[in-house]
Parts: sequence; structure tokens; C-alpha cells
Amino acid sequence: MLKINNLHTSFFTYRGTVKAVDDISLELKEGEVLGLVGESGCGKSVTLLSILGLVPYPGKIIGGEVLFKGEDLLKKSSSEMRHYRGNKISMIFQDPMTTLNPVFYVGEQIREALKVHKHKKIFKRDEKEKVFQLIEDVGLPSPEETYYQYPYQLSGGMQQRILIAIALSCQPNLILADEPTTALDVTIQAQILDLLRKINKDVGTGIILVTHDLGVVAEFCQKVVVMYAGKMVETGLVDQIIYEPKHPYTQGLLKSIPKIGDRKNKIHSIPGDVPDLATLPEGCAFYPRCVKRMPECQKNEIPLKEVEKGWQVRCMLYKGL
Amino acid sequence: MTELYINEKSSNKTIKYSKGKMYWGRFKHFLKELTHCRTAFLGAIIVLSFILVAIFASSISPHDPIKASIVNRLKPPFWIEGGNADYPLGTDEIGRDILSRIIYGGRISILVGLVTVGISGFIGTLLGSFAGYYRGRFDEILSRFSDLLLSFPYLIFAIFLMSIVGPGFFNLIVILCFKSWVNFFRLSRGEMISEKTKEYVEAAQALGESDIKIMFKEILPNIIHSILVLATLRVGYFIILEASLSFLGLGIQPPTPAWGSMINSGRAYMLSSWWVSTIPGIALLILVLSINLLGEGLRDILDPRLKLE
Repeated sequence: MLKINNLHTSFFTYRGTVKAVDDISLELKEGEVLGLVGESGCGKSVTLLSILGLVPYPGKIIGGEVLFKGEDLLKKSSSEMRHYRGNKISMIFQDPMTTLNPVFYVGEQIREALKVHKHKKIFKRDEKEKVFQLIEDVGLPSPEETYYQYPYQLSGGMQQRILIAIALSCQPNLILADEPTTALDVTIQAQILDLLRKINKDVGTGIILVTHDLGVVAEFCQKVVVMYAGKMVETGLVDQIIYEPKHPYTQGLLKSIPKIGDRKNKIHSIPGDVPDLATLPEGCAFYPRCVKRMPECQKNEIPLKEVEKGWQVRCMLYKGL
Repeated sequence: MTELYINEKSSNKTIKYSKGKMYWGRFKHFLKELTHCRTAFLGAIIVLSFILVAIFASSISPHDPIKASIVNRLKPPFWIEGGNADYPLGTDEIGRDILSRIIYGGRISILVGLVTVGISGFIGTLLGSFAGYYRGRFDEILSRFSDLLLSFPYLIFAIFLMSIVGPGFFNLIVILCFKSWVNFFRLSRGEMISEKTKEYVEAAQALGESDIKIMFKEILPNIIHSILVLATLRVGYFIILEASLSFLGLGIQPPTPAWGSMINSGRAYMLSSWWVSTIPGIALLILVLSINLLGEGLRDILDPRLKLE
């Protein structure tokens, strides 16, 4: 359904060109869930925005293609793109509090989403019914009352449900979820993920889930792409990567998930900081923080290497395989 | 793809609310806040009564504001010896009733204030929204032009232009609007720039809403409160400006009563008959003060950031 080939998105800042998305390729079939994992600032969100053609200034998509049902979205005009946004591909944002417009009833906002894509031919009198239905679908109680609430009157979890209702309103084929549970507490996180899973199962909507929580990925996704400094470092099926991570970065990420009941050991962390994307070193961007680094890592660009079918790693350790 | 509905329960309960109710609810809330803020409430009542008096001027005013009667010239107000209740606020140098002239003059003042703010507010907000939303060349040009206009003192600028195009109501409105849209432009541009970075705008874009819709249906309702406050305060400012121009003989022309020209005509009699220019001055003072009180009150009510402090 969605196929991204060699996507490059760069930000042209005063300090130089920042390659926020550097040669990303991924594929998502109908009804699949793909996890996009990485630290803050590694280009996860920019990848999503690139799919929708909403990369903010001074960013620009400079190469590659985004094929959605065989059509290249990057070649579409802005009015053609509007037809896709919210309609075929919709997005759920990280912080529901700021994503809802503070001055309108949440119900009106869901209704607005229905109205944007008029070709769906919903009669005016049916709109409200449809909104109530959507509110009920995302598991909120008493739709009639919820409709007439302002965003600030709802809790974070309820707001996120409203956002999911907005995302669902036009029955999209693909939902881009940009850390949908980061701003919520843990029990609500589980509920929201259950809701997304239910939508995925019942309706067959494809989901790209951006997260930095590998636990969520393990539970929820079929495929995973691990990103570091704008590049894919490891990609494959969840079952492969979670149980047997190949790339030192993925291994580090997995180790840093705290375990309940483990009081003796400190939480593992990957030493060092996320590199400055404007001044990336030659070779592997993870080199300074890597525990298995070798002199060769710094020499030249490391290619993605297929270690098993559908499982690719960008690391010198596996070059000989 | 299967149908979206996950649980096929249809809700058949009666719908108790409507969109109109949302606005009515907000308006009621606003009125409640307004009555809590005493000075703003006082300002609102005085402004409202000035407006009502201006609307019903023809039935309220005791005399014809233009008709002169030399016999009754320079009669003092009723509370001073020699005055009578027939001319409660006295008469001017050619025997016209000052109260009637103030009532009719208020019409001009309020009309000038409202029309100017209406037109310049509309133009300024429209241009400011586009400039703030799209930035780029369009914004650069308009911003530099507005800086240019702001570098002139307003009154001197208006005097200069009025003496070129000549006095008159229509010319006055055009000249006042020519510069005053700049304030609305700058305000709405700035607000638009800061609102545009908020996530709800990004979300609206991701929903496929058009730019025009995002500007005027998503962002504008979030910034309209500061524009309203500015508009209220500007009404008072334009009333003063109109009075200044009329005082200089460049605004509304006699015999049409305007407070500025009334103050001017009484100048020569300031020592013997002070009321001729003082009373229109007091009317001006009360109206503009009330408008400013109302404007300040609106700012307190509409800007939640101020409430927290």
C-alpha cells in the first residue's frame, strides 16, 4: 500500500544542511503495523511529515519517492495532496492538548474533519449522528455530552481519543501515529494502544507508529525500522529484531528498557549524546557511542546489508555475512 | 475495506445543544465577566447610552441643532444665573442649543469611530493574516510599507492629506483608514505568526484543510480577542482624531455639528462664555474615557494570560 523508496529530506539552515531523513526506504502492506523507532531528533517525525508533504520550512524533500497505492505523492500538486491528507492518510499527533483547537467544542472539530472532504457525501443532518458514532467508536462515554466539551474539559487520554476519532473520520487507509502515547500516563497508554490495535484489526487500517518505546513495538507492530541520525540502521520483522537485535544501537535500546523487580542493576543507558545532524562524521554516525566500534567504521559510508530475508542492518560487524 | 463502525450502536437520543448555543453560552459567560469588572461595566453602559442617544437623536434633542436665533445667543446653562431650562446646556455664539448640537455631534463622532475601525480593522486583519501566514515577499513589502506609515505622526499626516483632498465626511474616513489599518495589520500578523507554529495548525494541515480555512476558521477565532480589544481602543482614538481635525477646520464642515468644531467655535468666548467649548469637550472626555475603560476591561476579560497574574 505504502512504499517509500530512498527518501531524502534535508533542512537548509544557516549552520549548514541537516539531513533529517537520509535514504529511508520502507514498505507497508494493507493492514500492517510498522514501528519507527529512534531517539529524539533522529528524523522519525520528519519522515511522517514527508509522507504528507508537510515538511516545515526550511526543510525540503530532495529525493526519493513515496508511493501510495502506486502513485507518487511527492509529484502531486498541493491541492491534490490535500485530497490525501486526512482523507486517505491521516495523522495522530504527540500532544493532544495542543493539537486540538482550544476555542471549539471537540465535537465541532470532529465534524469539521468530516466536512473537509465533502465528496464523502454525508448529509448535514447526518453529520452529527456520524460524529456521535465516532465518539462512541473511540470508546468515550455519552457522545452527546462529549460533543459539547471544550478540549480543556477533557483529560489527556480523552483528548487523544478525540484526535483518533478525527483521524478515523474519513476512513483512511493509513494512519500515521506520531508518538501517540508519549504525553499520556501508562495505563492510558495501554488503552490508546488497544484502541489503535482494534482499529487495525477491525477495519484493516495500516498504521505507522512512531515511538521510542521498543516495548510498545514488540507488542503492537509486525515490522520495525530503527533510525539513527536520519538513517535506517536496522529494519526487519519485529520477531527477528526484538529477540535477536543485530545492530549495537538496537541492542542498546533494548537493554535500556527497565525491568520491573530488578533492583540490583541500574537502568542501562547508551553513553553519549545524539549527534549534531549538521556536522555528522564520515562513516557510521553511531561510532562515538558504539561499544563494538572498529577502526573501519569511520572510513566510509556503510551500506545496508541483508542478513536474512527482509532483515537489513547497517553495521560493519555484518559486512562479511 | 470494511465499514468503519466498530460497534453498530446508533444513538437516537434527542440532541439538546446546537452551535448557536455554543456562542450564546460564551456570550452569557462574557456578560457575567463584564458585570464583575466594575469599571468596564460602567464604561459599557456609558458607551451604550451614547450610542442610543446618537441613534434616537432626532426624537431626543429639544431643538434643531442648526437653527440659529440671534436673540438667544450665548445663553448660559440652566444652573448659572441668566440660563433657563429651555436651553439646559446653554447656547453658542449664534444662539444654537448646545445640548442638541452635542447629541447630533455624538452621531458624527461615533459614526466616524465605528466606520473607520470597521474598515481599517477588516483590511488590516485580512492583510495581516495573509502576511503572517505566508510570510515571504508579500509580508516584507507590506511590513516595510507599514513601518513607513508608522514613522509619520498621525495627526500631521492627516492634516497634510486632508488639506490636499479637502474636508468632508467621506474624505475624512478615507484618510483615517489610509493609515489606521497598519495597527491591525501588525497585530494580526504577529499573532498569526505565533499561532501558526502551534500544533493544532499542523493538525489542520494534516487533515487536508485549505490555507484560507486554516487562517480564518482555525486561527482567527484564537486571535480575535486581541483584535477586538485593539478595535475598541482605536474607536476612542479616532473620535479624538476626528475632533482634532474638525477643530482645525479640516474635518466635518459647519453647519453640521461636530464636537471638534464646536470646541473651536467657542474658543473666542472662552473667558466670557466658557460653556460653549467646555461642554462639548466634557462630552468628548466622557465618551473616550468610557471607551477606554471598556477596552481595558475587555482586555482583562478576554486575555486569560492576564487573569493568571
